[in-house]
Amino acid sequence: MVNTADSSQDIAHSAPVTGPVLGNDGRPLKASLARSLRRQKLRALGLIAPLLIFVLLTFIAPIADMLFRSVENNIVGDVLPRTVVALKDWDETTGELPDNATFKAMALDLKEAVEDKSHTRLGSRLNYEQSGISSLFRQTGRKVKRLDVEETTDFVAAFEDMNKKWMDVENWQTIKAFSGRFTDGYFLAAADLTKGPEGIERVPENEQIYYTLLLRTLKMSLIITFSCILLGYPIAFLLATLPLRTSNLLLILVLLPFWTSLLVRTSAWKVLLQQQGVINDTLVWLGLVADNARLELINNQTGTIIAMTHILLPFMILPLFSVMKTIPPSYVRAAKSLGANDWTAFWRVYFPQSVPGIGAGSILCFILSIGYYITPEIVGGTKGVFISNRIAYHISSSLNWGLAAALGTLLLVVVLGLYWLYDKFVGIDNVKLG
Amino acid sequence: MTATSHDDAFVVFDRVQKSYDGEILVVKDLNLQIAKGEFLTMLGPSGSGKTTCLMMLAGFETATSGDILLGGNPINNIPPHKRGIGMVFQNYALFPHMTVGENLAFPLEVRKMGKSEREAKVKRALDMVQMGEFAGRRPAQLSGGQQQRIALARALVFDAELVLMDEPLGALDKQLREHMQFEIKHIHENLGITVVYVTHDQSEALTMSDRIAVFNDGVIQQLAPPEDLYERPENSFCAQFIGENNTLMGTVESVTDGVAAITLDDGAKVRGLAVNCGGPGSRTTMSLRPERVYVGGEEGLVTTEAEVKELIYLGDHIRCRMHVHGNDEFVVKVPNAAGHKHLQVGEKTLISWETADCRALDA
Repeated sequence: MVNTADSSQDIAHSAPVTGPVLGNDGRPLKASLARSLRRQKLRALGLIAPLLIFVLLTFIAPIADMLFRSVENNIVGDVLPRTVVALKDWDETTGELPDNATFKAMALDLKEAVEDKSHTRLGSRLNYEQSGISSLFRQTGRKVKRLDVEETTDFVAAFEDMNKKWMDVENWQTIKAFSGRFTDGYFLAAADLTKGPEGIERVPENEQIYYTLLLRTLKMSLIITFSCILLGYPIAFLLATLPLRTSNLLLILVLLPFWTSLLVRTSAWKVLLQQQGVINDTLVWLGLVADNARLELINNQTGTIIAMTHILLPFMILPLFSVMKTIPPSYVRAAKSLGANDWTAFWRVYFPQSVPGIGAGSILCFILSIGYYITPEIVGGTKGVFISNRIAYHISSSLNWGLAAALGTLLLVVVLGLYWLYDKFVGIDNVKLG
Repeated sequence: MTATSHDDAFVVFDRVQKSYDGEILVVKDLNLQIAKGEFLTMLGPSGSGKTTCLMMLAGFETATSGDILLGGNPINNIPPHKRGIGMVFQNYALFPHMTVGENLAFPLEVRKMGKSEREAKVKRALDMVQMGEFAGRRPAQLSGGQQQRIALARALVFDAELVLMDEPLGALDKQLREHMQFEIKHIHENLGITVVYVTHDQSEALTMSDRIAVFNDGVIQQLAPPEDLYERPENSFCAQFIGENNTLMGTVESVTDGVAAITLDDGAKVRGLAVNCGGPGSRTTMSLRPERVYVGGEEGLVTTEAEVKELIYLGDHIRCRMHVHGNDEFVVKVPNAAGHKHLQVGEKTLISWETADCRALDA
C-alpha cells in the first residue's frame, strides 16, 4: 500500500507543469484521477491476468514460433560452419565443383557433426529440398570418421572415394542455396515453387500439390458455407418468428449436435454415406438408383461437403437467429401495409436487415472450415482432404515442421486477407454475434 | 360527419369477434361505423382490445367471426398489401437500411410507379411534414420527432384514403407530442383522409378526435364526440378513464323525472342525474367533475358537508382535497378568482353542485 501511495505521488510530480487543471488539494486533476483509477485498473488486470498468461503461452507464443519456424534455417550454418564460409566464394552458376578448400571444410565440419550425429538431421533437412541428400550425408558420415584430415591433401578425390554423389554439382548448389540463417524454401515449397539454378521456378506438374490443395480447400469451404446459409436461413427465420417456448425447444435441437462428440457424428456419416450404407440402400430399395450404380457419397469431396455442412450448421444458425430476433415484426408489417407482397416485403425489407447475421455466420463457417481437419480426414478419402490434413501429415509423419509452419502461415495469411476483404466490402461492424 | 348506417359508412365492423386461444374473447361483438373523412380514436387501457381491432382492420390479424367492410366491400380475405391502408406504427418502423427518400419511395415502387412521378410525390409528402431537406438521411440520423414525421409522410405518400395510427406519439416527449397532435390534426383536415387512431392517452384523444371509442375488456364502453364523452359519460368506466373524476357510492332511493334520490353509504342524502343507475334499491356510483363543485352552500343546488384535508396552490386554481361522505380523495378545484373563499386545512365547509352535473352511473 505504501508503495502505491509513493508512486502515485511520483505521477503527480511528473505531470506537465504548463497549466494543468488543479484539484482542490493543489495537485493536478489528471494525476489525482489516475491515482483514483489505479486500484481499479490493477484489480481488472489481476482478474484477466490468468487468461492473459494462458493465451500468451498457448496461443500467441505458438503462433510466433510457427511464423519463425517457417523461415528458420539455422541447421546448415550450425552443422557446417566452415563449409558455409568457404561456399561463399564459389560461383554455383558455372557448373563446376567447389575447390579443394571447400571440400576440406566439409570434411572438418562433418567430422565434428558425426560426434553428435547432427549430420543426419542436416541430411533430412536438405532432403526436403533435394531427395537423396539424406542418404548421402548418412553414408559419408560413417566413412568420414576414418578420413585422416592431417594426411589428406586431395579432398575432392577423398570425397569421390567416399560417395560418387559428391561430384554432383546439384548437391553443392542445394547446400549453398540453403546455407543462410533464414530461408524462403518452405514458403516456396508451400506454393509449389522451387529454387533452381535459374532462380525460382514451378515444380513439375505431377508434383504440384499445395496450390491445388489450397484452391480446393477454399472452393470447398465456400460451397460448405453456402450450403450452411441455404439450410440455416429458413431454420433461423422459423426460430426467430415462433413463440418463445417453441423456439427454445427447436433451439435445443439445433444445439444437440454440439453435445455429441465430433468423431461420433462424423463416423455416423460414414455409416450413412458409404456405398453399402443406409442412404444408398434406401435409394436402391426405392428403385431410384441401380444396385450396380450406387452413389459414391463418401471418401470424396461430396462426403466432406455433406458432413462438414452438418457439423458447421449450428455456427450459421446461431448468429443468424440472434440477428433475426432483433428485427421487429413491425418492419415486415409496415412493408405489407405499404403495398409490398410477401416476397417483396421479405426481400426488400427483412433480408437486408438479416445480412449482418449471414456475414457473421459465413465468417465463422468459412474460417472454421478452411482449417478443419478431423472430418475431411475421416470422410474425405484422398480427393476430399483439406490443406490442414497436409499440415498434420508434415507435423506427425514427414516431420517437416518448417513446411508445415509455412503452410500454416499461408493459411493464416489467407484468412486474414479474406477478413480484410470482408471488412472492406461488408464492414466488420455489421457482424452481429448476439 | 358521423356515420349512422352501413350505407354511408366508410369502415364498418359488423359483429366482429376475436380470440387468440379459442377460450378468451379479446374483442367481444364489436359494431362500429366510421364515416369517410372522420378522425376516430380508439381509446382504452392496455389489453382492452383496441390495438387488436386496428390490426384486424390493417389485415395483420384475422377476425374470428364477423365482417369488416371497407368502402362497402368485405375485406376479411384481402391480404394487407392489397388493402391500400396507410399505417403509422408505434415505433415508426422506418426501414433502417434505406434513406428517408427510399423509405417514402418504397410504397410507390411496389406500385410500379414511374420515376419522375415517384420523385414528385415523395417531395410533396416530405414538404407536407416540413422535412423536405432530409430525403438523403438515414432514419437513425433523425430525432424521434423527425422519424415520426417521416413515418406519417410514408403512410400518406401513396394517397391512402384510410390511415391507421397505432400510438404514434407514445415515444415523444410531452411538448413534441402536443405539437405533433396539432400537425396530424391539420394534415387530416387538409387531406380529408379518414384516420383511425389508437392511444391510451385520453388528452390526446380529446384534442384530436371527431369521435372517441372507449374500449375496455374487449367492448366499446362509449362511442361519442370528445365533449359528450367528458361531460356526459354513460358508465363509471368512462367517467373514471376520461379526465379527473370524484365518485360517491350509494343506493338509489327513487327516480323521478330523470333525477335520482340517493342515500350515500354513510347515510347522507343527495340527488343526481339518473343516467345508468337502475331502479330503486340498486347500487350506484355517482360521478362528479372537480371543476363542477362549488365551495359553500347555494340555494337550488345539492349541498352537503365536507372537510378540507389538503390544499395545493396551482396558480390559476387551488386544488383542494376533501373528505366527503367516506371518500377521502374528493377533489375540488377552487378557481383563483377575486374574492374566492380561503379555506384552511381541517376546516369544515359546505360544498354544492348542480343536479345535472352529478351523474348516477352503474356501480
